[in-house]
Amino acid sequence: MGIEQKAGNSGFITTSLESAINWSRTKSMWPLLFGLSCCAIEMMAMQASSYDMSRFGMELMRASPRQSDLMIVAGRVSQKMGPVLRNLYDQMPDPKWVIALGDCASCGGIYNNYAVYQGVDEIVPVDVYISGCPPRPEGLIHGILTLYEKVRGEKLAHWK
Amino acid sequence: MREIQEFTLEDLRTHLSPRAFTGETVVLNMGPQHPSTHGVLRVILELDGEVIVNCIPDVGFLHTGIEKNMEAKTYQKAEVLTDRMDYMYAMGNILVYCLAVEKLTGLKPPPRADAIRVILTELSRIQSHLLWLGTSPMDLGAVSTFLYTMREREMILDVFELVSGARMMTTYIRPGGLWRDVPAEFEGLVREILKVLPRRMLEYEALLTKNPLYLDRTKGIGKIDTKTCLAWNVTGPTLRATGLAHDVRKANPYCGIEQYDFDIPTHTDGDIYARYLVRLEEMRQSMRIIEQALNKLPYGPVRDNNYKFVPPPRSEIGVSMEALIHHFKLWTEGFTPPVGSVYATIESPRGEMGVFLESNGTPKPYRIHYRTPSLPLLQALPLMAKGHLVADLIGIIGSIDIVLGDCDR
Amino acid sequence: MNELLKPAVEKISKKFNAKVSEFRDEVTLLIPPEENTAVAAILRDEFDFDMLSALTAVDYYPQTTPRFHMVYIFYSTKNKVYLNVRAPLDGNEPSIKTMETVYPSANWREREVWDLFGIKFDGHSDLRRIMMPPDWVGHPLRKDYPLGWEEVQFTFNFDEIDARKPKGEK
Repeated sequence: MGIEQKAGNSGFITTSLESAINWSRTKSMWPLLFGLSCCAIEMMAMQASSYDMSRFGMELMRASPRQSDLMIVAGRVSQKMGPVLRNLYDQMPDPKWVIALGDCASCGGIYNNYAVYQGVDEIVPVDVYISGCPPRPEGLIHGILTLYEKVRGEKLAHWK
Repeated sequence: MREIQEFTLEDLRTHLSPRAFTGETVVLNMGPQHPSTHGVLRVILELDGEVIVNCIPDVGFLHTGIEKNMEAKTYQKAEVLTDRMDYMYAMGNILVYCLAVEKLTGLKPPPRADAIRVILTELSRIQSHLLWLGTSPMDLGAVSTFLYTMREREMILDVFELVSGARMMTTYIRPGGLWRDVPAEFEGLVREILKVLPRRMLEYEALLTKNPLYLDRTKGIGKIDTKTCLAWNVTGPTLRATGLAHDVRKANPYCGIEQYDFDIPTHTDGDIYARYLVRLEEMRQSMRIIEQALNKLPYGPVRDNNYKFVPPPRSEIGVSMEALIHHFKLWTEGFTPPVGSVYATIESPRGEMGVFLESNGTPKPYRIHYRTPSLPLLQALPLMAKGHLVADLIGIIGSIDIVLGDCDR
Repeated sequence: MNELLKPAVEKISKKFNAKVSEFRDEVTLLIPPEENTAVAAILRDEFDFDMLSALTAVDYYPQTTPRFHMVYIFYSTKNKVYLNVRAPLDGNEPSIKTMETVYPSANWREREVWDLFGIKFDGHSDLRRIMMPPDWVGHPLRKDYPLGWEEVQFTFNFDEIDARKPKGEK
């Protein structure tokens, strides 16, 4: 049944502005193509036909940060790559969200040494952390749905 | 957090032609985040219109310090770190590490372990070539092959998950043999793949091999000849596409691969199209090897029984005192190999992969160095790209099939 | 020792007074460091060693003579054999001639050894850092450089580590 029938076929629907805008933001979030290492391969596997990402509206990954809302940091961030990451995050327009995919982006993973940032939240603020090395595509889907719940709960007063 | 590092034109004076300083040519940065650089690679291009005059690759954006990290762990624990270097050929990194440790300590894996190692690494090679077949034409515009090849790749990842529990980073091959024996459904699943894959490969050939658009974009582009390849230490399908039939599996065989009958595909042109044909044929030869290995799979144990280096099976720990003591020593202290250095090599889908391992009699490796195939391939990129257009550069980077985790470690 | 290696090993050990050692079917020659390009030229021209398969270094801190060993591994596609060659280097700022003139593939690998070990190569066309950022101080793979191990943030020490960990802001 469509939305009109559910609302009693009266010709109009009532909702709050907040929930309408949050609902529309989740329906086609475009991710920024930021695959760094092994987790990027699982992200590509999730885009393929077995675990389809286009059912969430994310079938195309935008290469330009000016055209994307979501940055999925997939892989380990080394010393040379850190400032580049921050530069790209700064270029994304508001509203923007960050998912840290995998152990290396969440906390440094198995590499506790001089060359890897211990968690990408030292550079950018992260909304959802997904664990696994690499996480299964179902894990990434669960992370995206968690992000949608978080976005639906955002309040008008907290928008920048 | 550090500041972003920028090159000025002065820093690059030795690499660029004098025309860059007069403003005749444009210096463009193809940055680390780019849809078709297959990882984090930065290329600085000097362009005259659209023609590439100079091409300077900049690597190091994925440097993880794996070699130093492995020196701080025992031989058993350091194995986990090896999988993540060349993440497309995960079984291969760990195989070459185990071959080096076995050469150093004098362990001999039993024939069943060797046969299963061969089956899994050849499946891994097919999986890597399938991903290459999906992404490299996608850079040139043919997006549909990506969706087809990922579908086959899922079948192979199902086999890895059945055998070890993880889809990509398995840590299944251990020094002395394997972690445990394969379950009963293994043979059925692999035979299913061998039945389905040849028909699907005919579909891929129908899409690309005689397609005039693909031929226009790949024939005659990115040529390199054998003498340059040898001087710049380029190995793998890129070398075989120039005419020299050099493959580590035939030249310095490992894991009993000499008992299987297979050919080495070569081609003479040395351009992108030749590499495409060589890789397609390699997938077929890998399937031949897997079929022979499955038919001849011997019965027996899957681990060497030298318990000074190889953990004893858990069933023995309950009944035998020596097994318990060996297990305890291996898990707390690790094993101590003799003093010396070895170099072991295998054939990865990108070229020759080798491990240089030096031990000084302690349970931790003293120095371990991976000779990875992607570093020389990327070093030879300017030779292949000079004089071509920017759009051709994308095709060339796709065709040499680099993995940046391999290059930077 | 493999029969095909014998002529090369004999000629080099006689001409440069090199020490020959064998371990698990592999032959290693220890040569004086000034002769590395001469040895490589002889191997390439007379004995068909056409590829330089690997180039790396080992650090033997805390001993200072020798502190480093440069390791070159040559391969011949015709005879299908490997040959290891080592050159000992002393002191904390050693230097050695570059192999780039004989085998062009040594270019980036020598940059990597300079970056991670601090061994200078005389005559190299472009000696700058490759793996670490250009303004990094120190040579990470030396044995006196720390691993950079940071304490992991678990539940029991969450707050004290949170206070000193840098955080990214919007």
